[in-house]
Amino acid sequence: MTHPLRGSSAVVGIGLTEFGDLPGKTAIEVLAEASHNALADAGLTLRDVDGLFTSSMERVFHPLQVCEYLGVQPKVIDGTNIGGSAFVNCVHTAAMAIATGECEVALICYGSISRSNRKNKVRGANPNAGALHMSEYQSRQPIVSYAMAAARHMYQYGTTREQLSHVAVSARQWAMKNPRAEMRDPLTVEEVSNARLICDPFTLFDCCLVSDAGAAIVMTSAERAKDFPHKPVYLLGIGTAITHDQIGQMPDLTVTAAAQSGPRAFAMAEMKPSDIDVAEFYDAFTINTLLFLEDLGFVPKGEAGPFVADGNIAPGGSLPVNTNGGGLSCVHPGMYGMFVTIEAVEQLRGGCGERQIDGAQVALANGNGGVLSSQVTAIYGTDETL
Amino acid sequence: MADSASSPFAGDGPELTFRKGLDSGEFKIQKCNDCGSTIYYPRAVCNHCGSANYSWHTASGNGTVYSTSVERTPPEKGGNQNLAIIDLEEGGRLMSRVVDIDPTEVKIGMAVKAFIGEIGGTKLILFRPA
Repeated sequence: MTHPLRGSSAVVGIGLTEFGDLPGKTAIEVLAEASHNALADAGLTLRDVDGLFTSSMERVFHPLQVCEYLGVQPKVIDGTNIGGSAFVNCVHTAAMAIATGECEVALICYGSISRSNRKNKVRGANPNAGALHMSEYQSRQPIVSYAMAAARHMYQYGTTREQLSHVAVSARQWAMKNPRAEMRDPLTVEEVSNARLICDPFTLFDCCLVSDAGAAIVMTSAERAKDFPHKPVYLLGIGTAITHDQIGQMPDLTVTAAAQSGPRAFAMAEMKPSDIDVAEFYDAFTINTLLFLEDLGFVPKGEAGPFVADGNIAPGGSLPVNTNGGGLSCVHPGMYGMFVTIEAVEQLRGGCGERQIDGAQVALANGNGGVLSSQVTAIYGTDETL
Repeated sequence: MADSASSPFAGDGPELTFRKGLDSGEFKIQKCNDCGSTIYYPRAVCNHCGSANYSWHTASGNGTVYSTSVERTPPEKGGNQNLAIIDLEEGGRLMSRVVDIDPTEVKIGMAVKAFIGEIGGTKLILFRPA
């Protein structure tokens, strides 16, 4: 029996801000700009919003502040913070709220000035504060956690330094086709491998950007979705999973919760990995892309390194991954989850210019949160896939 | 309903029991009396089966490096430091640091031994090569 959420809701509006340095702006101003753009893209205004979904690293009462600032009094609110995947998790809860009639127009919104804060030495809340039997070790989070996952993958499967570098190079090659991407200069495998070590085995180029940026989307029911300016992008399947908070409690550093969230999303969508035309992964670090290729079933466990080194995820490869340039080369404002969704939607709308995947009908967006802690996998399709 | 004295939740919580152990020089770990699993870090319920029926044991301190990294830091800012994930002999896993060895020489699979150290005034479990 078809799952009741399959194809029941759609993304009808997307909004972005400029990426990179946004001096003179606050995070919530960036959020408001992205929200305004997403609603305008859908031909709506804030007055139409009756479901509000957001998350932030900055403030415990963030959802209250967003509603107050935007002047909306929604019927459904979700501000759950499970890390950067929160914004894909928001798609899950928004779809459930829309399918049950609890709301009609869901706004999912995010804004951050992470780079400006770093420059101005403004310290946000420490996400590791209170991490049980971990925070007292005063480690360099989150980088060192992902580095230990990479080290274990290399030990267990023979994954190499050069294969990690190919992830960064593939992302850069896509970014060079995206006018919005921050990093558009050519990058070689040697440059990545020989860059300054940050946390072994990671060099500088294994790590994502730190950007100022905002992003928002508007979702509504499949019935209403036909009446909007852009062709709707339907949510076909979605799954959420979590394995741990801190890396020391992760059951297996080489297997993420995407091995659970992926099969749930594919089952709901009634699809398999070979049906995916384009995949957008939350690549906070190069190891992420390898883990998600394996855990989502695109390649067998342990084989993502050679797959990437053969050029499969780069432009012209068999499986386009992170076609916007990803968190490594396009944008990463602390929580990247919204951006995997927006690139998936843009690919299915068909307006990606030089980086457009011809005839793309099915896109996968995988959100990652914490230190490989939470995974939310979403599968989107055009109306031909309903 | 059981009287409060016989409740498994009576008295000091497991976190305080663990911390008092460190203060007296003992590395204490919990073992679930129902499923037999080691519970680590300390918890009020077993994270393997949900039972609140556990007992305290002194850890052997024997462990194996499950994964490792080097936090690269210039010498003037304190120098390179190891961070590692250690599998305990009894079961259970923790994030810690392996010290008394060049951080780059810590390898996955290496045998290590726990000791009670201190970072920033907090007592905690650290490891050195066995």
